[in-house]
Amino acid sequence: MSEFFEQTIQPHFNFWIYVILMMLGLWAVIAKKNMIKKLIGLSIFQTAIILFYVSIGVKEDATIPILDHHGPEHHEVVHENGEHIEDAETSAHPEEVHEKKGDHSHGDDHGHDDHATDPDTMANPLPHVLMLTAIVVGVATLGVALAICQMLFKEFGTLEEDEILAELKDSASDD
Amino acid sequence: MIDQLPAIMVLAPMFGALMIGLFGQKDHRVCFPIVFTSLIISLGAAIGCANLVTKDGTIDYFMAGWEEPLGIGIQLRIDHLNALVIVLIGVATTLVSFFSIRRVGALDTEKTPHFYILYLLLCTGLYGITITADAFNLFVLVEITSLTSYGLIAMGSSRRGTHAAINYVLMGTIGASFYLLGVGYLYLKTGTLNMHDIQAILQANEEVRNSNAVIIAFLFILMGIWIKMAFFPLHGWLPNAYSYCPSSTACLLAPLMTKISVYVMIRVMISIFGLEWIFIHLGWSHLVVILAVIAIVAGSVLALAQREIKKMLCYLIVAEVGYMVGGAWLSDSNMWGLSGAMYHVLSDALMTLCLFFVAGIWSKCIDAKEIDDLEGVFKKMPITSACFILGALAMIGVPPTSGFFSKFYLIRGGIEGGHWEYVAALLFSSLVNAVLFFRIFEIAFFGKNPPEGHGHDEEHHDDHEDLHPVLEHEVSWRVTIPLIVTAVLIVLLGLFNGPVVEFIREAFPPTSEIVSARP
Repeated sequence: MSEFFEQTIQPHFNFWIYVILMMLGLWAVIAKKNMIKKLIGLSIFQTAIILFYVSIGVKEDATIPILDHHGPEHHEVVHENGEHIEDAETSAHPEEVHEKKGDHSHGDDHGHDDHATDPDTMANPLPHVLMLTAIVVGVATLGVALAICQMLFKEFGTLEEDEILAELKDSASDD
Repeated sequence: MIDQLPAIMVLAPMFGALMIGLFGQKDHRVCFPIVFTSLIISLGAAIGCANLVTKDGTIDYFMAGWEEPLGIGIQLRIDHLNALVIVLIGVATTLVSFFSIRRVGALDTEKTPHFYILYLLLCTGLYGITITADAFNLFVLVEITSLTSYGLIAMGSSRRGTHAAINYVLMGTIGASFYLLGVGYLYLKTGTLNMHDIQAILQANEEVRNSNAVIIAFLFILMGIWIKMAFFPLHGWLPNAYSYCPSSTACLLAPLMTKISVYVMIRVMISIFGLEWIFIHLGWSHLVVILAVIAIVAGSVLALAQREIKKMLCYLIVAEVGYMVGGAWLSDSNMWGLSGAMYHVLSDALMTLCLFFVAGIWSKCIDAKEIDDLEGVFKKMPITSACFILGALAMIGVPPTSGFFSKFYLIRGGIEGGHWEYVAALLFSSLVNAVLFFRIFEIAFFGKNPPEGHGHDEEHHDDHEDLHPVLEHEVSWRVTIPLIVTAVLIVLLGLFNGPVVEFIREAFPPTSEIVSARP
């Protein structure tokens, strides 16, 4: 059991979570009768895919992907108690740069520029960018769906699908 | 200017939508001129692009000059496969916009600008889907079209329409999410989102090509597109959504949405995964053709069971989607099936447009929603009915309409590919179509109970009363002209089937590659 965990689940932990979340969402969309619950399921479904994409972009010990175009003369790296402290211009997240430097045991000023252009030290930004768009799409879908739910409620007085279907059937037999 | 045509084609409707948002709210009269101008600009750009493709071959357009692979990923590509599809979109949307003038007036006028904004955004999405060369942009554009069509369908006054819209939202979003997931797996393996880069990497690297992740990606993408195109077991959202929405919406969505999804499937097959990999490595051809056969038969039988005109047409769409999916997957060595499927995208869009125009006119002018309401309609509305006959004959597949030739190519592909079940299903479906439409002809020509015993005066009186609202309609050229143009286009597309199919076939990879790779 522990072997199974270590070999199959642990290395792909994110992906297991995303599959479970996705199936939960899909189940809610199919099985739940209440429209709002269906929409919650739909949201979970879409969010699971976002988790999947974000997992693609992850690298171990990687930092945010911001290219550093400052020349070395703009660097003001001050040694203080054995740590680098940089001004805000140089890097948006000094702490992460420090960690990264520590990993690669670069202590000098020149190491900084090398890091900034080395793709291995940066998380892949593209999946994140894609997911920004996908989040917007998801929000838009949810907005439209909620608006339609509101219309449904105005027309039927309920959001339970079986009640709506029953009412539609009644009105069809009246015709 | 000519270099920018692909961008103009996509952006003109979008700017039109913005303009309506700015000015249309105050004065509804400016809406239609804006819509018409932007659609005509798009149509002109589409025809210009198609013309360029005929002369110079494929056009690659990089948005804002950012070229691949370092670019921002917005590449548009127009080749022989989609040049005719964009012209079709241009023609269909322009014709439907004429049709929509009166319909919008009949709806709540407060919503007129909203309707046109959604309409134009839908056109933007359709053009974008057709010419994009980027797998992720395709997802975004598919969602743009879907979101606008949810809105358009929910705008109807019918309660069933609202319920159909929410079902469509749920199904459509799941479909799009599946597609997105498939693209994610492809990105995971290839590291790019550009369709042609993906294909180059897949062809160069056999290990990647045969990995499970790529097969799963293909499966997810296919499922997503199948849901969007209402392929038979996944068609649940379509009939109600298209039959209970306003007529002009149905005229816009029914011919274009499903057909464009079929085009997307063919595009994904040719431009991302490659036909050789799909037909020879995966070998799912038989399975998919059998699914298509089930779709054709089920769609036809369900259509036969309907009493409402629009619902019947909707189930016919389900059957026609089966034609196209089956045709695309026939994997015959000369690719007649694929050519037939692509040609059928064009011809079926026109046929469906024609029939939905007529159904819209009937339901509006003589309040005929069911087949039985059509008694004696031929006498009252000769032009509309003549166009209906033409559309119906095309659906059945009578020469020289385009429907005959698309079936001809599909059947040729079926025979050469050895898929006799597909050929049988096509013939069966044609027979069912014949039964369906001749039933309507009979009711519409002769009525259920021919009124022979009536006196001459009385009959004349009846006619006069019936004629009055009808004449008003028949002289409304805004409605009849689009209809007549569509009917003429059906015949023209049929007459010029040879050049059209030759044009489409230039997009396919040389047949020898597929044949030689055949076991």
